[in-house]
Amino acid sequence: MSEALRAEQTFADKFPNEAKVVRAAFLGSFFALFLGAVFGIIQTLHRTGIFRGFIASTDYYTVLTAHGVFMVLSFTIFFLVGLFTWAVTRSLDRPLVNIKITWTWYGLMAAGMTMAGFSILAGFTNAIPVSADVLYTFYAPLQAHPLYYAGLTVFVVGTWLAGADWFRTYLAWKRDNRGERIPLQTFMVLTTMIMWYIATSAIAASILLFLLPWSLGLIPSVNPTLTRTLFWFFGHPVVYFWLMPAYLLWYTVLPSIAGGRLFSDPLARVVFVLFVLLSTPVGIHHQYLDPGIAEGFKFISMTNTMFLLLPSLLTAFTVVASVEYGARRRGGTGLFGWLRALPWRDPAFTGMMLAGLMFAAGGFSGMVNAGMNINYMIHNTLWVPGHFHLTVGTAVGLTFMAATYWLWPQITNKPIYSLQIGLFQVVLWFIGMALMSNAMHAQGMLGVPRRTAEPEYSGFDYPTAFGGFEELNLQIAIGGTLLFLSTVLFLGNIVLTMGNPKVSGIAESIRPALSGPTDAPQVLDNLRVWVSIALVLVVLAYALPLAAIISDGGLLGPGVGTYPVWLDGTVHALAETATTAGWMLVDSLTVLGAHVADTLSGVAP
Amino acid sequence: MHIHAYEKLWLAAAIALILLLIGSVTYGAVGPGVAMVTDSENQIDAGGLDEDERFSEPRVEQVGENHYEAYVVAYQFAFDPSPIVVPEDSRVTLYVTSRDVVHGFEVVGTNANTMVVPGEVAQISFEVDEPGEYGVVCNEYCGAAHHTMEGKLHVVSQSEFENRGEDA
Repeated sequence: MSEALRAEQTFADKFPNEAKVVRAAFLGSFFALFLGAVFGIIQTLHRTGIFRGFIASTDYYTVLTAHGVFMVLSFTIFFLVGLFTWAVTRSLDRPLVNIKITWTWYGLMAAGMTMAGFSILAGFTNAIPVSADVLYTFYAPLQAHPLYYAGLTVFVVGTWLAGADWFRTYLAWKRDNRGERIPLQTFMVLTTMIMWYIATSAIAASILLFLLPWSLGLIPSVNPTLTRTLFWFFGHPVVYFWLMPAYLLWYTVLPSIAGGRLFSDPLARVVFVLFVLLSTPVGIHHQYLDPGIAEGFKFISMTNTMFLLLPSLLTAFTVVASVEYGARRRGGTGLFGWLRALPWRDPAFTGMMLAGLMFAAGGFSGMVNAGMNINYMIHNTLWVPGHFHLTVGTAVGLTFMAATYWLWPQITNKPIYSLQIGLFQVVLWFIGMALMSNAMHAQGMLGVPRRTAEPEYSGFDYPTAFGGFEELNLQIAIGGTLLFLSTVLFLGNIVLTMGNPKVSGIAESIRPALSGPTDAPQVLDNLRVWVSIALVLVVLAYALPLAAIISDGGLLGPGVGTYPVWLDGTVHALAETATTAGWMLVDSLTVLGAHVADTLSGVAP
Repeated sequence: MHIHAYEKLWLAAAIALILLLIGSVTYGAVGPGVAMVTDSENQIDAGGLDEDERFSEPRVEQVGENHYEAYVVAYQFAFDPSPIVVPEDSRVTLYVTSRDVVHGFEVVGTNANTMVVPGEVAQISFEVDEPGEYGVVCNEYCGAAHHTMEGKLHVVSQSEFENRGEDA
């Protein structure tokens, strides 16, 4: 009897402390999603010219920075740390080594994002001499307030500690389970974190060596090509950091929801290893049109990028095959008839399937971006945001929302308030994104630039194709509005779910793969090998370009100025305040120290 | 490791697609000769453009029978010169740099498109045929009035081009 009861336990029953962390991470993520969605709808209506009453066009870039940072750094990464905590704990079937450390990294991430978020939002008011209107990519020599760079640093350090926490838990498990294969979900978490450590080394270098000291006035200038290149060293693997949690869900959760089993555990491992190897030495494909980088380096990056399609194409096969297996077990027949046997009424299933479908579309528009010379046509046009709203905006974002309908009850013991609303919500997202993203791609083909408050210009008209600029604006605005409504429905559903009473008997299990881990070559689990090869590939792809950039332009750039977007002539006031505050702190510490010394000497015999 | 027969087929198709894509890019480079923006030009002192031989006076210059060069400076929030005036049926090479932050330079509706990075000089070449007016936009965020940053490219007839100095 006790055996049967154990199988009925949810994650929250089994690991209540870890469940709290997962919940806190998800709530942080959803709060960011809320902020991101509010800025998203303001931005959509402003840019398309439907309604420009919320903000002045000069504040559009504050909105854009907030939308970008809250969506792609807070929403995605807070969800990731929650999901990975769940996945490691669940698949190793043991608690994390020290929950205090777990809460420490959560606290660091929250503090870092609060600092960065504050510095961005302060851009809306002149009352606070802080702002960070530098967008998510913070290209120098536009300069944000030091708080922005410091906040991002603290946030990233938090994620590093999170990875260390999961690695320690894995090592503790390994000591007790000599010779066993790494459970698949843990394997996915560890490989993703290896990629993340490699990727973030460059952004840490960029911020700590250059941008932060520069924003504090310690160094006079930076080399814009160097900091751009370091950003994109990080900036491409970060998209796989967003995507890998979605892959983890598609590989390990989706087949079970469909009533099936993962087709092949070994191939899932191969896919994650390929991402470790290939996701970093490709960042220069974001700089195809940079004048400071030689064509040869761009070509190498292009080739690597194309090979990076391989793990995603393999994923498409495995996911569809696993789901088909589920459908046939549920009685589905025929060449395509099995599709009817799938649980389409389940928002977790339908949401993830629609997300996967849109990822395929995003993959094809990504091939255009990656096509070095074809990219001329669409570089920095609205095509590019059209592309990544399919990938991070849907493949990742919609998968996270859909998975929440399945996962949230497991970590809280509370059933979802309404699965019908959930189903409507995921379909609404798909429709909204189909409209918005398609029209964004089309505007990009007309040459409409991205990242601008007012894409209509006085001196020329856009070519008339695909229905024309105005009609496409309307499609973008309608699509964006549907996406905003969908987000509101999702968040409302979760808030109402939190008011539900706890119930028992809602435990879900994950079924093992058809072709299990024992079929996988042992070398796949040898993480040292993959780290070494990944590092060699990174050195091959980046050593020469970075050396060339530094030898050409110097570490501090060829006579480039500083363009702070946060000073407004108040830099001296700020510096004085900081200095005064600093001395006050020193004074009070001296007084306090003297007081403590007095007290202690009084106590001493 | 067991790999299903269908999966092997799929894998082969995926690799074929990848090779096809790499092939198409390579063909674009060596066939039609689509050159990438590259680091062919030396770095330049972004703060000292006023003393630079090419960029102190942004302008269009004839350098060959049908070949024109334009030296263009991007800055918050305009391009100089604007319009860039070139004659019909000619080859145009643009050298674009920035005196302040990162900008973009895109001739709307064409594939003439480059990043403009302070300290670097971007070189792009293209051919123009019939007279016409094109918009030029900055397609990289460059500050609070980024959306107002636009320029023009005018392709004019040979006779108009030869008489252009007289209106100025």
